[in-house]
Amino acid sequence: MKNTSNQPAVSLNAVSKSYGSETVVSDVSLNIQAGECVVLVGHNGAGKTTLMKLMLGLTRPTTGSVEVLGANPAFSSSVAQHKSLGYLPESVAFYEAMSGREILAFFARLKGVAVGECDRLLDVVGLADAANRRVGTYSKGMRQRLGLAQAMLGNPRLLFLDEPTTGLDPGLRHQFYELIEDLHKTGATSLISSHALSEVEARANRFIIMKSGVMIASGTLDELFLQAALPVRLNIAVASGTASSVAERLGSEISISNISETTLSLSCFNGDKMSVIRRIGDLGDLVEDLQIKLPKLDEVYSHFMNREMS
Amino acid sequence: MKMLWILALKELRDGFRNRWVAAAIIVLAILALVLSVLGSAPTGSVRVSELDISVISLASLSVYLIPLIALMLSYDALVGEFERGTMMLLLAYPVTRWQIIVGKFLGHLMILLIAIVVGYGGTVVVLTLVTDSGTEGWQAYATMMASTLVLGAVFIALGYLISVIVRERATAAGAAIGLWLVFVVLYDLLLFGALTMDEDQKISQQLFSMLMLVSPTDAYRVLNLSLFEGVSEAAGIAGVASEAGMSGMLLASSLLLWIILPLVATLLLFRRREL
Repeated sequence: MKNTSNQPAVSLNAVSKSYGSETVVSDVSLNIQAGECVVLVGHNGAGKTTLMKLMLGLTRPTTGSVEVLGANPAFSSSVAQHKSLGYLPESVAFYEAMSGREILAFFARLKGVAVGECDRLLDVVGLADAANRRVGTYSKGMRQRLGLAQAMLGNPRLLFLDEPTTGLDPGLRHQFYELIEDLHKTGATSLISSHALSEVEARANRFIIMKSGVMIASGTLDELFLQAALPVRLNIAVASGTASSVAERLGSEISISNISETTLSLSCFNGDKMSVIRRIGDLGDLVEDLQIKLPKLDEVYSHFMNREMS
Repeated sequence: MKMLWILALKELRDGFRNRWVAAAIIVLAILALVLSVLGSAPTGSVRVSELDISVISLASLSVYLIPLIALMLSYDALVGEFERGTMMLLLAYPVTRWQIIVGKFLGHLMILLIAIVVGYGGTVVVLTLVTDSGTEGWQAYATMMASTLVLGAVFIALGYLISVIVRERATAAGAAIGLWLVFVVLYDLLLFGALTMDEDQKISQQLFSMLMLVSPTDAYRVLNLSLFEGVSEAAGIAGVASEAGMSGMLLASSLLLWIILPLVATLLLFRRREL
């Protein structure tokens, strides 16, 4: 086996996948470096789940090549790698007749993990009390928690999580991201698909935006924001009654989107931001406060979505 | 090897949990008990071992029952996991597809083994103790149990093949019943129908032997009814098999092929399958 230190954990090279005449993934190339936390965003049917299945070797690319931890996941010789891999499928399904503990113990044995770790994980995801109940009686949230527990078995080096936080209450979501963070500190890599953009915004190193099987954007939030060339909003607070005179002094070349008694909202492109701030600074005591609002991930996301539409 | 054991054990546990093992044991035990009690009536003054009679009656009924039990165990094994979505998760673990097939097969085989040993074997032990009828013919009885397990294995393998081909569980259930009808009922019916119609004797002895040999249920029947002298005398078909050139080895090979070929076909189809 090759030295894995500098090699990407996941590498897709011009990967396309079609089922009959329907193309679900089209010409996707991407690398995920070891230790990265990458979030896949996109509408339902954008190809996120198929990408993960390709990386797990559950399905094979029509064209292009996939490499995970230095091996082709579709080869049965690569299943040994699955020891260091965790997967949580979208709407996870279990053997209904088994109890939560039995299922986790079964998976632990397959992974060669000490069955003793199951109780710790059941405790972490808050299923300790329900551990001996049949999974058939579990609620959606409980299944999702059991799904997380099995994905965490054996401290995986590489995690594929398909919409991991659906059905989880806010407390558990928070706990979930902490678990992921802990794994990251030990050098684990993760690929998470999510619809909860506000949730993942602060946690991922990198975002990949998918649409109809095409990777339409990829990068850190800052990079995406620059690529999108979305306007920056500047909110300034002024003394009561001075808003309109401040607006006049700022001049007509600065676009003012909203104005009230005490506040003005300005917007400008990122490149013009500094000159606008200097203009505001020139106003001296008239300006009491300044807030810079960078676009959120969901704004960036909808920008890319709409750009593709037109 | 460890993976196979883990997978097989899960199937076995499932068998106990959903009462499959218990149900199969009860059915087989009742069958064995009833047949042994009733079966001892016609022995009359002819000196025939009761165990030999049991072999004949049990083998004749196992031909119908065991394939049914085996198919019910196996038809769902793969399609059920595809449909419920559990296969996706299982394949994300360090198991290969052949390990899944063979592991399941071993697990289901253990369920049948337990049912046959406890159901048939337990009954005969009880009978021997109660009636003090001696242990003559125990070899034939043991062979009957072993070959019954092999017959079950054939239909477990065929059940998997159905399970990997069809897309829905309901279809698999229908196909399993169809398969049972063809192998257990229709094939023999057609064969004997053809024999009856065959006034010009176009069907030669060799062809007939071949036709019996290639059917797993007939191979099982011939194996049990003619292999042991005592049994074949009681069944009234002494020497039929050897005359037809069907040695025990040949019959056993036919059954083994019926296990291996469907399993290999299942594996090849499963490997091509994308989830």
